[in-house]
Amino acid sequence: MISQQQKVSPAIPANRAQSYIGEHSLRSRAGHIVKYLILAIGSIISLFPFYFMFIAATHTSGEVLRTPPNLLPGGNLFDNISKLVKDVSFDQAIYNSILIAVIFTVASMSVSALAGFAFAKYKFKGSNLIFGVFLLTLMIPAPVTYVPLFKLMTPEGNPFGLNWLGTLQAVILPGLASPFGIFLMRQSMRALPDELLDAGRIDGTGEFEMFWRIVIPVMRPTLAALAIFTFMTQWNSFFWPLVAQVKTIPTAISALRGSSIIDYGGIMTGTSLSVLPILLIFLLMQREFISGALAGSVKG
Amino acid sequence: MARSPAITANKPRFSLPRLSRKLAPYVFIAPAVILFLVFMVYPIIYSFILSFQTQNDNGDLVFNGLANYQRLLGDSKFFQALGNTILILVVQVPIQLSLAMLLAVFLNSKFLRWRGFFRAVYFLPAITALAAVSIVFLILFQDNNGFVNYVLSLVGIGPISWSRDPFWNQVLIILAITWRWTGYNMVIYLSGLQGIPGDIYESAAVDGASPTTQFFRLTLPLMRPIILFTTIFSTIGTLQLFDESYLLTRGGPSDATLTVGAYLYRVAFQRADFPYASTIAYGLLVLILVLSIIQLRIGDREV
Repeated sequence: MISQQQKVSPAIPANRAQSYIGEHSLRSRAGHIVKYLILAIGSIISLFPFYFMFIAATHTSGEVLRTPPNLLPGGNLFDNISKLVKDVSFDQAIYNSILIAVIFTVASMSVSALAGFAFAKYKFKGSNLIFGVFLLTLMIPAPVTYVPLFKLMTPEGNPFGLNWLGTLQAVILPGLASPFGIFLMRQSMRALPDELLDAGRIDGTGEFEMFWRIVIPVMRPTLAALAIFTFMTQWNSFFWPLVAQVKTIPTAISALRGSSIIDYGGIMTGTSLSVLPILLIFLLMQREFISGALAGSVKG
Repeated sequence: MARSPAITANKPRFSLPRLSRKLAPYVFIAPAVILFLVFMVYPIIYSFILSFQTQNDNGDLVFNGLANYQRLLGDSKFFQALGNTILILVVQVPIQLSLAMLLAVFLNSKFLRWRGFFRAVYFLPAITALAAVSIVFLILFQDNNGFVNYVLSLVGIGPISWSRDPFWNQVLIILAITWRWTGYNMVIYLSGLQGIPGDIYESAAVDGASPTTQFFRLTLPLMRPIILFTTIFSTIGTLQLFDESYLLTRGGPSDATLTVGAYLYRVAFQRADFPYASTIAYGLLVLILVLSIIQLRIGDREV
């Protein structure tokens, strides 16, 4: 890469080529090597815990903590999986995690897109006030809601008479109306030209069909980014499923960590199974992933 | 309602009542508003009321004025947790954000190869479950036979007592958070850097500004809004820290890494002291608001 750079730089005015790199080509070359070195070391630190986790997933508990460390795959993966299924019914956790993340993502996207569209493209009474209240709650830390939400799920002193502890809706419903999602949707839908919407209205269909046929397809990139971000957040979510006593992959892992004799091989199999799906989606849809993460910072 | 459009998308087989333009916005916001009232507005208000109440001997909730808040101000465990959290905050956030900026500037270099690869690799930790990450770190940092202590022993250091020594326990949790969030902030910084037009640097270079000068006189001021944003969000995130404290260190030896979030969980869901837990939550709210306002003020002033 360094020889490449030398070939390139003479063609470009010196100041431009070196604006980031350094004043002197020798210094810039050294600087470049240092950069790559630091970036490479950082990459190793970034990746190593994943590598270690996947390797440990194939070992027994004793082999995980061997000295010197075991850095090559072993043959215990399937034993670990079947033990996970038997001891903490991990298959149930996987099933719940998938169900919760999928239902939550679809429902939350629908709620956010509809509300965001209403705030972006309609003038109606109270719209500023309601949107303002949504925005206001963005500033309120989640812990403020934990106790009342928990009490909502338990039968004692429940204003709505619910008994939801341990059920999927206990995990899915509370976070569905996300102020962040609504805000993001509103911001990006404001850019939609009114002519486009009017064109969709001409054939006499109702507003909902116009929304479905015109708005949703146009908004697909933003929706995809938000959907991936939402899915990931739900998949990884730990605190609320723990409180609501629902077995998901993270809470099952937590239960494994809490047992008196920790099976390190098994627990690493569990964490691997938790990380793997997100890892795959990330590799396939990196752009949407990153723009979903950026959405909050750039537009917020 | 949500299903029919898919069916009617091409040729309406049956139509749902045509939604008028006047009514549409109310129908569209209805699901969000209902969910929001039940699961957000109600809890916020109820939690506020609860924070002024206590349970009497019959188990009934009764108002007791500011007693909970007085208790909070005299609660040494709360202040220990707060101290731990603030220690993590003032050590970890600057380290993490400086590292993120350094990596972002490197990745923004001209002629850099594998930029996409590096960006993906650094972002990877941010997409994984904290619960999973915490357990991996727990194993890597075992006192006996842990990988990290093994590597350190090769260069003659240690063994370090990560789980029993309060200081190293705090170091451990800071390392875990830094590992997880640096790449996320780096990606944010990188996208900000890419938005700075290159000719600004060119003219600075013509004027004889060294890369270091360019960074401090050009890049940092231009990036101020983004730095401010990441600082506030890292602060809010750290103040609510729970997963790492609960899973990685279990609060640590003599609660050295008990965070406010973990203390709140302990009071609410292990002791079932709901009123006092609400008081802690509102204490946290005030703290976050105050810190955010201070940061916004500082961020606005330094021009």
